[in-house]
Amino acid sequence: MTVAETAPKAGELKAYLKTHMREYGLLFALIAIMVFFQIVTSGTLMRPVNITNLFLQNSYIIIMALGMLIVIVSGNIDLSVGSVMGFVGAFAAVMIVKMGAPIWLTIAASLLMGAAIGAAQGYWIAYWKIPSFIVTLAGMLVFRGASLWLLEGQSVGPFPPEFQRLSTGFVPDLFPRSVTEPIGALFGQRNLNLLCMGVGVLASAAILWSGLRRRARDAAYGVAGEPASFFWLRNAVAIGALLFLTFKLATFRGFPNVLVSMALLTLLYAFVTQNTVIGRRVYALGGNEKAAKLSGIKTERLTFLAFVNMGVLAALAGLIFAARLNTATPKAGFGIELDVIAAVFIGGAAMAGGAGKVVGAVIGAFIMGVMNNGMSIMGIGIDYQQMIKGLVLLAAVIFDVYNKRRQG
Amino acid sequence: MNAPMTALLEMRDITKEFPGVKALDRVNLVVAKGEIHAVCGENGAGKSTLMKVLSGVYPAGSYQGEIHYDGALAEFRNLAESEARGVVIIHQELALIPQLSIAENIFLGNERAAGGVIDWSETYRRTEELLAKVGLRDAPGVLVETLGVGKQQLVEIAKALSKDVRLLILDEPTAALQETDSRKLLDLMLELKAQGVTCIIISHKLNEVRQVADTVTVIRDGATVSRIDAREGLSEDRIVRDMVGRDMSHRYPERTPKLGDKVLEVTGWRVWHPEQAERQVIRDISFHVRAGEVLGIAGLMGSGRTELAMSLFGRSWGRNVSGEVRMRGRPVDVSSAPKAIAAGLAYVTEDRKHLGLILDESLRFNNTLANLRGVSKGGVLNEAEETRVAEGYRKAMATRTPSVMQKVGNLSGGNQQKVVLAKWLFTEPEVLILDEPTRGIDVGAKYEIYTIINQLAAQGKAVVMISSEMPELLGMCDRIHVMNEGAFVGELSAAEASQERIMSLIVAQPQEQGVAG
Repeated sequence: MTVAETAPKAGELKAYLKTHMREYGLLFALIAIMVFFQIVTSGTLMRPVNITNLFLQNSYIIIMALGMLIVIVSGNIDLSVGSVMGFVGAFAAVMIVKMGAPIWLTIAASLLMGAAIGAAQGYWIAYWKIPSFIVTLAGMLVFRGASLWLLEGQSVGPFPPEFQRLSTGFVPDLFPRSVTEPIGALFGQRNLNLLCMGVGVLASAAILWSGLRRRARDAAYGVAGEPASFFWLRNAVAIGALLFLTFKLATFRGFPNVLVSMALLTLLYAFVTQNTVIGRRVYALGGNEKAAKLSGIKTERLTFLAFVNMGVLAALAGLIFAARLNTATPKAGFGIELDVIAAVFIGGAAMAGGAGKVVGAVIGAFIMGVMNNGMSIMGIGIDYQQMIKGLVLLAAVIFDVYNKRRQG
Repeated sequence: MNAPMTALLEMRDITKEFPGVKALDRVNLVVAKGEIHAVCGENGAGKSTLMKVLSGVYPAGSYQGEIHYDGALAEFRNLAESEARGVVIIHQELALIPQLSIAENIFLGNERAAGGVIDWSETYRRTEELLAKVGLRDAPGVLVETLGVGKQQLVEIAKALSKDVRLLILDEPTAALQETDSRKLLDLMLELKAQGVTCIIISHKLNEVRQVADTVTVIRDGATVSRIDAREGLSEDRIVRDMVGRDMSHRYPERTPKLGDKVLEVTGWRVWHPEQAERQVIRDISFHVRAGEVLGIAGLMGSGRTELAMSLFGRSWGRNVSGEVRMRGRPVDVSSAPKAIAAGLAYVTEDRKHLGLILDESLRFNNTLANLRGVSKGGVLNEAEETRVAEGYRKAMATRTPSVMQKVGNLSGGNQQKVVLAKWLFTEPEVLILDEPTRGIDVGAKYEIYTIINQLAAQGKAVVMISSEMPELLGMCDRIHVMNEGAFVGELSAAEASQERIMSLIVAQPQEQGVAG
């Protein structure tokens, strides 16, 4: 690396920052919010128990945000996900608790149910061109009612422990406590989950390695990438945060099961949206449907599949939610769709479709989650919480629009 | 030329420039009080631009030259200002709101109201008066969407009359009309003239111009060519000659055609309008293209050229599409865009911004969009390969861009067109249908596009080129089909084709009445 590369002119850095404000802004906003609540809650936010809780509390929102991102990128919206989530939870409860069905069968049937619901809504949206806002608004009402009907207005529970583990279980360590406790003592902790810490370190290395490989490839093709200083700063912050979080989790009980499924799904969807043919086509569809169609893309089928996918993820979220509460209630999922949609928009997706990233949606969900959690610890009433969250959503979108306008 | 009567309008040396294009170059237009003045010219000659200058759509200061209206210097800054002085323009695409009634449309923005509350009885009374003037017998409360195009045109004129119009401008008023409706409209123009309204009519249809016009101004390539007094007798030949000009000032790269076998053969192609079920838009068209051949399709806007191309390419337009398509002698299924691409067809759209490109995405993204299989394995994209492909086309076509990661929305028109071409070339088609491939791009870039087209033909591709610019077709094509009102009305070889022959084939009115066949 030459000196010129490592120290570009201040003007260039500024220009780069101007065009990439959104990506950095989001990450640093999340960190700033975490630091803020860490201070005002006098350290409660980052306690290992609370961090574990944060993941548990937000897992179902993040899982649905993955599907919602695709729906929104394709130029649509899904208002029914909260109701569908509640309905599938109720469906699973009835199967397990009332009918005594085996858990594997219940999970399979629930996911299929989600796919069927998504297909039913997607059919009208994709092939009949009925606006998704209307179809899914109808779906929201229908499945809200359906949950009530299915549960006969009662809460149904509890679930067997195996089902609960879907949400509240932890991945057991590979090493016995006799090995891990002395290592924990080195860091002044009672225990350190080595599997958890090891995965954290490996993941950090993978992030750095893939980033460097990408840079090398861009350079080989003469594509002007991110300035070196930004690259290292961004990676240092991301890896630092990752190691910090895994350390905190490792000193508690390790990875919650939910975190594992959430992380794997996030990786999968990030890969699908950025690196596969079908992902690329979704962006084309949302960016310019007519041009996409004339380029030989089956736009109707793609829209249909986006909703089927959303249905499956909403069903998964429903299972996790029911497992966490250990009961299915007729009110489960009320209003959740708005949190999911807000997360995706805070994450930088465009209402008109064609733009938005999985990582953005996940960070957006965490921003909302940390704020919920932090404000609750501080004892701020639900009234103020709602208002503050609303203003944050508005501010994020205004920031987007402002940035776009400045770029011209 | 006789000394003109009192002039109502005098546009002097109007020059209007867009980035890279001089749309109007010292145009002069003198319209006498009380006459019907026709403005003729090819597509893109600058007629509509001139009318936009006149009506204030392009505000004073954005053009050079002077407009004198009613004896004073006029500097309209917007439509409202020109309308306040009685200049009303009726565009080709009607500006009515279909879900509102006739009366509501006529007084839209000009409501008969007191203190914001609409006086409906006054509105309806005035509407009835106006409708009587234009000879429309429908009730004022009828919704506009229930009216045919001809009647809608009359509502537009009634709306103009409601504003105390003194200079009425009609842009291609009969383009969408059936024969009988056209005649009614022309009669109404003569009637308005008798009532003292001055009219400017923009039209391609020379027989209509001859019926109503007192004076004709011909515009070509953004400049005034001639001003003809029709009362001394009007020769269509003269207007056609003036419209197309004689000089072949554009340059076209040389090519020696090497024709191969018939690649694409279309027989009995028929297409109906997607919304108006009775309207047949493509009427029994048959043609073929050979390998290495550039086939031109000439015709005016609205003659059905784009509809023909889009219906061929995966039935992307129209209903009840019928007819047979053969590739190299074998019948092929082109009933959807993916099937058409698989059969070896590529269609470069006329409207690259709305139909051709995804403007917010990069050059690389757009380049590979129609053939993502070519840069992926098992559904996973290979970005390095994508970059290699995009870089290859960028170099081959000399696309001017900082990198292939640049958003195509930031490129110039010519470079955008190269990206669209690259996208389709990457699908390795046998037949390329190019719809207005050089529209809206500057002369230098045009030459580059022509060169690319010639290279494709030399490689043995069959090229179908649709264009409104006749010199371009004459300069590029081995054979030209002339299209009018949804049918091919003549075929000319490169040797026999001339602008005059094409124009006279177009302006020759079909014998039968009406469009529906």
